[in-house]
Amino acid sequence: MGDAATAKTSVAKSKKPTRDGFGEGLRELGNLRPEVVAVSGDLGDSTRAKWFGDEHPERFFEVGIAEQNLVSTAAGLALTGKIPFANSFSAFITGRAWEQIRISVCYMDANVKIVGSHGGLSVGPDGATAEALEDIAAMRILPRMTVIVPCDAEQARAATLALGDHVGPAYLRCGRAPVPVLTNPETEFEIGKARLAREGEDLTLVACGVTVYFALLAAEVLSREGIEARVLDMHTIKPLDTKALAAAAEETGALLSVEEHTIHGGLGGAIAEWLAQNANVPFKIMGVPDKFGQSGEFEELVEVYGLGPDSIAKEARKICARKG
Amino acid sequence: MTQSKPKTEQIKKEAIALRTEILRMLNKAGSGHPGGSLSMVEILLGLFDYALKYDPKNPEWEGRDRLILSKGHGCPALYAILALRGYFPLKELATLRKLGSRLQGHPQRGLPGVEIVSGSLGQGVSVAHGMALGERLNGKDTRIWCICGDGEMQEGQVWETAMSAAHYKLDHFHVIVDANGVQQNGPVKNVMNIEPLAQKWEAFGWKAFEIDGHDIELILGTYEKMMQVKGQPTVLIARTVKGKGVSFMAGNHKWHGVAPNDDELEKALAEVGKGI
Repeated sequence: MGDAATAKTSVAKSKKPTRDGFGEGLRELGNLRPEVVAVSGDLGDSTRAKWFGDEHPERFFEVGIAEQNLVSTAAGLALTGKIPFANSFSAFITGRAWEQIRISVCYMDANVKIVGSHGGLSVGPDGATAEALEDIAAMRILPRMTVIVPCDAEQARAATLALGDHVGPAYLRCGRAPVPVLTNPETEFEIGKARLAREGEDLTLVACGVTVYFALLAAEVLSREGIEARVLDMHTIKPLDTKALAAAAEETGALLSVEEHTIHGGLGGAIAEWLAQNANVPFKIMGVPDKFGQSGEFEELVEVYGLGPDSIAKEARKICARKG
Repeated sequence: MTQSKPKTEQIKKEAIALRTEILRMLNKAGSGHPGGSLSMVEILLGLFDYALKYDPKNPEWEGRDRLILSKGHGCPALYAILALRGYFPLKELATLRKLGSRLQGHPQRGLPGVEIVSGSLGQGVSVAHGMALGERLNGKDTRIWCICGDGEMQEGQVWETAMSAAHYKLDHFHVIVDANGVQQNGPVKNVMNIEPLAQKWEAFGWKAFEIDGHDIELILGTYEKMMQVKGQPTVLIARTVKGKGVSFMAGNHKWHGVAPNDDELEKALAEVGKGI
């Protein structure tokens, strides 16, 4: 990660996977609210939903490797007053069961929380079949769906607790790879409200998930060159915080989005849709190119697909040059 | 809500009334699915006259059983019986498939008595399974009744659910297969054979029953037996005739998804009135 690596200690200290934050949050929520149940497809250990199941076995439903039944069953549970967290790998639950999410959950407006772990490149060596690079797009286009991509384990915990109060369909994307912890239990989390991760006036880096950390590292590199980048942690992709985007467009005059997802239809796509109709500033989408993933260590994949801090800094300089 | 067994003659009259409403509403709509609606008339009457706990004046009554129509395209039959039982005005049946109507082409929530969205085959049976798990957890003795089609048995999701319901020993979960033997493009056995159905469900751990799905005495008796089974879910393979009651529709896949025009309606109503 070159220059940026030297800046690492200034923005984060420890590392933890966001799936762990979900597991802790669900266990906590389960103790607070008896309506919370989990439905798993043989991956409860991996998604960490099992941490809830160990304390509340009667509220933990294992349905086997059967994602379609998993999602529609969760919808049925919701119709009896439960708050089901349906969990599996992101690639499988948003892919195999997409139509079940569309009809049984969204069209029916069932209070189901879809939780995908191993989102993005974090599945690493397991390779392309389990790497969800299209899940944000697939969930974002569904009416009534809320889409959340937490930047760290603490935020994943906060998001899980917030979903306990949120009524309606939602998708929470978690990852397997340990990622730096940027927030703490006191950090404010509100669904639909972006977190200002860094102040800056020259351009805005809009990121979600682990790329918030990469964006912060890139901002430090840029700062040494006299470019002050604002960093927005857009943890909620839908509904998008258009207020924060409008302010960023007006006050910084340029936007660069970064995500661990294909460049089509994810965070960048959401911002592009809004920008095209509301503001006219230079903008670029960074993400995984229009390709399938591959095996490799998480850090290697981040470099291969050009999502690291140095790549972000490079694009940021170009965007700044395009400002009028 | 009725718990004592009704008279067969009374149900036969109700069947004529129900088929009449189904045909009229489809004619008025100009599209829809008569075949699979007419085939499930006695299945529905057996539920509403005997097995099901419900209250039209209080559709969300907590103590009610749940009726799930997984074969959503058969909704004209469901809408008609709900209207005849007083869930909403009978005249609203004329709004089937019209813009802004609560009677959508396939069921959606918002119409009293309709519990789920359906029409994407295979999903309703899983939703019903989730309800069965949820109501057991709630400590309720609620029964979940789910009506599926036999063509629908081709969906893999049905068998995912079959596995799970037996695993969880959901003896308050009852699936009724309206086995009319015909799907959109022809006989089920030609499109994709799913027989032997009863044996398949038995192999998945269910208690299966198989009867003539138009014989009301048999239907009532079988529902009674299904409610007595302990420790495993039950399925009824109800052998029916697609388009039952109308000679030119009976067993003809062309009438899967086409509404009768005015002349056809007249002929159909004359036949249905005879209660054949």
